Amino acid sequence: MLENKTNPTHSKSTGLPRKRFYRARAHSNPLSDSHFPVPVSPSHVDYSTHYPQHFSTSDQAGSCKKIQFADIGCGFGGLLISLSTLFPETLMIGMELRDKVTEYVKERILALRVANPGQYQNISVVRTNSMKYIPNFFEKAQLSKMFFLFPDPHFKEKNHRRRVISPFLLDEYAYALQVGGIIYTITDVEELGDWMKACLDNHPMFEALPSEELEADPVTKLLSSATEEGQKVDRNGGQTFLAVYRRLAPSL
Amino acid sequence: MEDTPMEYEETNKDTEVAPALIAVHPTQNSVAVAIGSDLRVFDLLGGWAVSLVDDSGGSLHKDSIRAIRYGASGKLFVSAGDDKLVKIWSTESWRCISTVCSEKRVTAVAISKDGSYVCFADKFGVVWVVEVEGFDGSQPSPNKKAAPMLSHYCSIITSLEFSPDGRFFVSADRDFKIRVTVFPRKPLDGAHEIQSFSLGHTEFVSCLAFVCTQEYPQGFLVSGSGDSTVRLWDISSGSLLDTCDIREKAGPLEFKGIEEECCAAVTDLCTILDSTLVAVAVQSLQGIILLRCDLSARTLNVAKVVSIKGDTFIPTSLATSVSSGLLWMVTGASNLGDFQSPLARVRVVSDFMETGPDPTVLEDDETPGGEKLLGKLQGRVSIDEKVFLTAAEALKTSMSKLLIKKQYSTEKREFRKRGRNDKKLKQ
Repeated sequence: MLENKTNPTHSKSTGLPRKRFYRARAHSNPLSDSHFPVPVSPSHVDYSTHYPQHFSTSDQAGSCKKIQFADIGCGFGGLLISLSTLFPETLMIGMELRDKVTEYVKERILALRVANPGQYQNISVVRTNSMKYIPNFFEKAQLSKMFFLFPDPHFKEKNHRRRVISPFLLDEYAYALQVGGIIYTITDVEELGDWMKACLDNHPMFEALPSEELEADPVTKLLSSATEEGQKVDRNGGQTFLAVYRRLAPSL
Repeated sequence: MEDTPMEYEETNKDTEVAPALIAVHPTQNSVAVAIGSDLRVFDLLGGWAVSLVDDSGGSLHKDSIRAIRYGASGKLFVSAGDDKLVKIWSTESWRCISTVCSEKRVTAVAISKDGSYVCFADKFGVVWVVEVEGFDGSQPSPNKKAAPMLSHYCSIITSLEFSPDGRFFVSADRDFKIRVTVFPRKPLDGAHEIQSFSLGHTEFVSCLAFVCTQEYPQGFLVSGSGDSTVRLWDISSGSLLDTCDIREKAGPLEFKGIEEECCAAVTDLCTILDSTLVAVAVQSLQGIILLRCDLSARTLNVAKVVSIKGDTFIPTSLATSVSSGLLWMVTGASNLGDFQSPLARVRVVSDFMETGPDPTVLEDDETPGGEKLLGKLQGRVSIDEKVFLTAAEALKTSMSKLLIKKQYSTEKREFRKRGRNDKKLKQ
């Protein structure tokens, strides 16, 4: 038909992928055994496929750069794309468990790179289970920001262990974050908001960011405005619950 | 389509085969063997079979024991397993001084170097800690509740170990991961500070041990895995120092008549104390492999293969004591079908000199404790040859069912997703 032959799933006018071809279930079981490839260790993460412009063979200068921002459960990638232009020198990665959604974000980034030469070279996406494989991707203290935006609420008590913010998983996030690094969480579910706050409050290696710092941080505004999930909550006039915490050095 | 309920039933039955385990008192006062739900202890000082006394309110273990261990001082002994009970014993009276209930099946145990905490891991990847307070061995303390300390996200934890200086706590899981955690002053509040992850194995990690000498008192970690390698690690940075592939030494794995593609898993590791030798038990090997660890060069190499003549003796568990220079081995399986009693066979290897004669496998009459010990620990003195092969096969199936991830073809995966709404929309 009239559709672009090479990319029938992409919009003709913008070249961006269209969401209707990448619909996926809203939930994915983080407990099931994964069958996708996982890097053996952080040194096995292939940066050149994720950031070809920064890690081309001729350019040695950028090759020591490491990923600094991680968007855990990045969904359709709205936050990554906003952050990309806000922090053009920082490498960031989105991690998403649903294969089709990851595929969409991948296509979206590629299309943005084509449409805006030189831009969006610092963002990428990977399909993985970040509740299991954070240490396979990041070295100790590698990250300066981690994002957990509108995570799956898992209301039932027996499923609380599937929540991405939980007392024991915070140990791993604290390991991947450098001292002073910031963890951003937001949800439209009050119960989950309280839970995430409580988990972070009770963890000895995190402290809440003071409100003036929170207001001064340009990222704060993006949490609710940049993501697809946040825009949806906004459209429906819903409330959001924010918890932003800083990684502390452990007290001995 | 192929996943009939019967297949699941079989799976469950197979995983219930537990390997025989062995532990030796640090100064070889006693030896313990666990087979199925049976815990057998022989007192080597007195030369008699120990009868266990459990008046802590519970009974003895009711299901397969999966982990046994002596404390570093030799005063405590811990046993735990599929019946979700962790039993802490005094090694003087062999009374159970405390029974801790776990929510899930227990897969590994460890005792802190000062003997004040017992840690155990459950099948959902949570490590729990319980305080052994004011213990004098005479009085049973009230049964305590354990506190969760750390977690490997829903992965079966296969081994727990304290570093020689007691500063770090190491846990290994079936997701190829080894986590090194700073052991806190108040472990009951949780262990949150991760020192490092030791990543490099490409299959489940099955066992951990520390090699330490006077020059390197902090020690180095060695780990065995289902990927047929033993690896040497620096735990403070998590860096991989050396990898020793034991596949060639283990030989091709003949199993059910078919040579399998998958590799022979390392089932247990044991460091020969005051030396840099590591004894390795491998799923298919009739004997043990001795590795030499060069701590200044940070290398790990095969020193020798000690084969065992006679029975088809493939050790399932290894143990040694500080002083004796003997390596104790056991092979066996808890469940060998309807008409056979569980198998347990104990052998001992001596002479691990740096120079001098090769290590020798002791005959039954040379084994400390002699026939009396074997009678207690094995349950019988002589064993039918055929049982060994059955046991080895059953254990291998059970271990791979438990720890190796199932591989489905893409078609099969897609087929299983056929009912999902997002799949239906496509058509």
